[in-house]
Amino acid sequence: MNKKNGNPMLQVEDIHITFGILKALNGVSLEIHKGEILAIIGPNGAGKTSLVNVINGVYHPSRGHIFFEDKDLTTLSHHHIASLGIARTFQNVALFKGMTVLDNIMVGRNLKMGSNFFSQGIYWGFAQKEEIRHRQEVERVIDWLEIEHIRKTPAGMLPYGLQKRVELGRALAAEPKLLLLDEPMAGMNLEEKEDIARFILDANEELGTTIALIEHDMGVVMDISDRVVVLDYGDKIGEGTPEEIRNNEKVIKAYLGTARQK
Amino acid sequence: MIFAIEVAIGGLLVGVMYSLVALGFVLIYKSSGVFNFAQGDMTLLAALALVGFLTIFPLWLAILAALVLMIALAIAIEAIVLRPLVARPPLALFMATIGLGFFLQGIGQGIWGTDPKGLDIGISDIPFKIKGLLISQFDLAGGALAGGLVFALVWFFQKSRTGRALRAVSDDHEAALSVGIPLRRAWAISWAIAGLVALVAGIMWGSRLGVQFSLSLIALKALPILILGGIDSIPGAIIAGLVVGASENLAEVFLGPYVGGGIQTFFPYLLALVVLWFKPYGMFGREIIERV
Repeated sequence: MNKKNGNPMLQVEDIHITFGILKALNGVSLEIHKGEILAIIGPNGAGKTSLVNVINGVYHPSRGHIFFEDKDLTTLSHHHIASLGIARTFQNVALFKGMTVLDNIMVGRNLKMGSNFFSQGIYWGFAQKEEIRHRQEVERVIDWLEIEHIRKTPAGMLPYGLQKRVELGRALAAEPKLLLLDEPMAGMNLEEKEDIARFILDANEELGTTIALIEHDMGVVMDISDRVVVLDYGDKIGEGTPEEIRNNEKVIKAYLGTARQK
Repeated sequence: MIFAIEVAIGGLLVGVMYSLVALGFVLIYKSSGVFNFAQGDMTLLAALALVGFLTIFPLWLAILAALVLMIALAIAIEAIVLRPLVARPPLALFMATIGLGFFLQGIGQGIWGTDPKGLDIGISDIPFKIKGLLISQFDLAGGALAGGLVFALVWFFQKSRTGRALRAVSDDHEAALSVGIPLRRAWAISWAIAGLVALVAGIMWGSRLGVQFSLSLIALKALPILILGGIDSIPGAIIAGLVVGASENLAEVFLGPYVGGGIQTFFPYLLALVVLWFKPYGMFGREIIERV
């Protein structure tokens, strides 16, 4: 495939996933390059979420391979993949609802904290100092996402838009190399969407986070992404810059139906 | 009046030990969302093992050996019982713990026998006087030990990183995995902690009532406490334990004579029923808000 500037950060090679007789992904290959924002689009049931799930280890593919920084992820467990630096958010917000916003984001930082269960008991002072340092990092994320006022609120009590924002914060607190966002703007109003778009662009530019996002709002996709991959019924039907995708015949057909053929 | 205070204090000290049993349930529930029916049997097993180890080891080594056994048990439970049931409905896990309970009971009694055994950990049961109040030395020691453990656990769950990770696991498995928390280790840790609690409860209650089958029924005392305090609240378990301990003792002494006595056994349930009426999630339980 097209190999730009060295090896890509993430390489998905010929991935197949089937649920019973349903083929969710049918030999999809794609690459994510360091520092880019890649949008994954497609009609409902195209396999977008399955693709994200297979990258971060929720599902294991029945065929194909996934390489992250030249390491084979294909058979690794969910939490192991997270520890390599891949964070994600979920389509239907998966926050720790009974915990405060602060605790949620602290848990997101879990992987960055070195001291383990035992050293917490033994090296009390060290563990405490570390906790304070991580707390500062978490406060930075909180400031940055402008959610200072709800820090102590249980996440389950927040309105949907804010929950999505907290979930983004939890993912960012892990300082991931690759961030997978599953419909980060679903169900939001225009203003909230603009906020999230700004946070995504900032994370990409200031923190250098590579981002892959699934999104339905074409306006947003075209505005913020560097490249777009289009899925339809488990197949990749298009890939390119937003401009190329806009003019791709197959993509237009998948989105608007065959009636457009004149 | 002095007598009433003595009764209340006696009840409170026993209540701390009730809290300890209830806490075992709360810990497992908080970290895996499972109501662990085997908690009482774990208490019995820990006490039986301790009595068994005491015949060959000195006290401290026997306690250590029993603790190691409970931790090994937690790891085995995770691998054999819980792992195959990942992502199954909570009811399946609940049923599994019922089976586990019978299994532990059988194994424990099979190895160490069914006859009642005494357990002497060297704390005398002779009451002593403070400012004219008669207080049982044993209850005081038990209360202090249980209280210390309770505070350590509260700190662990609320403040430590591992505790926070365990709370996260109980809240949402998938989200916990996505931030890199290994589910299996989290479960093994929480069952090991429940095993530790069972051991302490087994020591205290075993040396008080003797080690025998009925020790596993101590878990029944925890039910009204869980209902009163809320099944997912550590402070709830503590406060409700104290309330149950004190109120059942007072009720027995002051109301009992009017209704023919013996109300100690059912009074906590009556109390739980009343609380359920007004607060269905318990006094401190998390009210579940469903967005539809």
